[in-house]
Amino acid sequence: MNSSNAPHAVEVTCLSRKFGSKLALNQLSLQVRRGRVFGLVGANGAGKTTLIKHLLGRLKAESGSVRVFGFDPVAEPVGVLSRIGYLSENRDLPGWMRVDELLRYTAAFYPNWDPAYAEELRRQFNLDSGAKIKTLSRGENAKAGLLIALAYRPEMLLLDEPSSGLDPVVRRDILEAIIRTVADEGRTVLFSSHLLEEVERVADDLAMMFNGQVVLAGQVDEVKENHRRLVFRFDSPQSSAPKVPGVLSITGGGQEWTAICNGKRDEAVAAAARAGGRVVEEGPPSLDEIFVAWAGAKSK
Amino acid sequence: MQLHVSTADGVPIYWQIANQVKYLVASGRLAPGDEIPPIRVLAHQLLVNPNTVARAYLELEREGVVQKRHGSGTYISDTGSPLARKERLKILSERVDALLAEARHLQVEPLELMRLIKDRSQSIQPKEAK
Repeated sequence: MNSSNAPHAVEVTCLSRKFGSKLALNQLSLQVRRGRVFGLVGANGAGKTTLIKHLLGRLKAESGSVRVFGFDPVAEPVGVLSRIGYLSENRDLPGWMRVDELLRYTAAFYPNWDPAYAEELRRQFNLDSGAKIKTLSRGENAKAGLLIALAYRPEMLLLDEPSSGLDPVVRRDILEAIIRTVADEGRTVLFSSHLLEEVERVADDLAMMFNGQVVLAGQVDEVKENHRRLVFRFDSPQSSAPKVPGVLSITGGGQEWTAICNGKRDEAVAAAARAGGRVVEEGPPSLDEIFVAWAGAKSK
Repeated sequence: MQLHVSTADGVPIYWQIANQVKYLVASGRLAPGDEIPPIRVLAHQLLVNPNTVARAYLELEREGVVQKRHGSGTYISDTGSPLARKERLKILSERVDALLAEARHLQVEPLELMRLIKDRSQSIQPKEAK
């Protein structure tokens, strides 16, 4: 199969998915540009893993469409899976295999497998060739999974919660792998995470999911620049959160309240002034604060 | 060149990198002609996206703090950064603000504080310079 010319690595349009009566994905659309690091963020149950399963062709779109490098993952699994290096959230590696057997077994599936690179990664990750997978620690297991996702130099690295439950040393290996992958020209990384710190460090673009929908998407820098954190001080203590139109969230107590706003700074400042509040502090919020503000605004 | 990025306080990472390089130049830890690490090397070291480092370098180049030399690397400008003095004062302003806030908290008037600064300045003059 020749490499496709699709402009996007991933293009999802109006994808919906129900599990029983629960709507796991609700008219979700997103694009991942080639050569970018894309961070998918959202609380547990927001639909991140369900979306990833659609990209891998493990779930069929009930409505809407899914394209990975221009291919439908269900109709053309080879076109899709041969281009993706995938690390699953539950690290489902065969426990009875030894590390060297896992490498040989995986290599057989991929014509582009690079044995020298695989060996380099094995040494870098400090994995013992003779060790049985089931005897590996959680961190080693993640590194083994990452190794086999990387060693055929896939066009896209797809990582589902790669750092979940891992210590900082292994997390560092994973972030390094992401940076190295994208530094190699033209390759794409899509990873889901609830650690916004990591997303801010390594992602070019992000999408925030909430209840099966994308509530916010864009370049990380732009997202940060479009939001402001304002601390208001009111003339008198406020017994409940003051109503300030134009802000996503407002938290605090007494005379001082912190608001996160999205582009409507002047409007918010003017509204607060009418209620007897003035700005005593202003700055860019962290991604964490932005995320919490959006999640709060959407669950109202 | 040792930089540290933090995602806790909301300042964009490219901005943190650019500010810290300016700080290192203003404080003399980076001298004109010093080479700064290639984008990929710094990205790896700080564990941040290479595009973020590239954006910081572009910003520094635009402000005249660094220069790209064709096909070799990125260096601290020979001319000395035009922003160096402004940066130095900006760095100090932040410290002064903190000092003023503390003085206010301790009920020390600005005039008294200035006298104190003058006294301290005299007492920490190196002996041989007197």
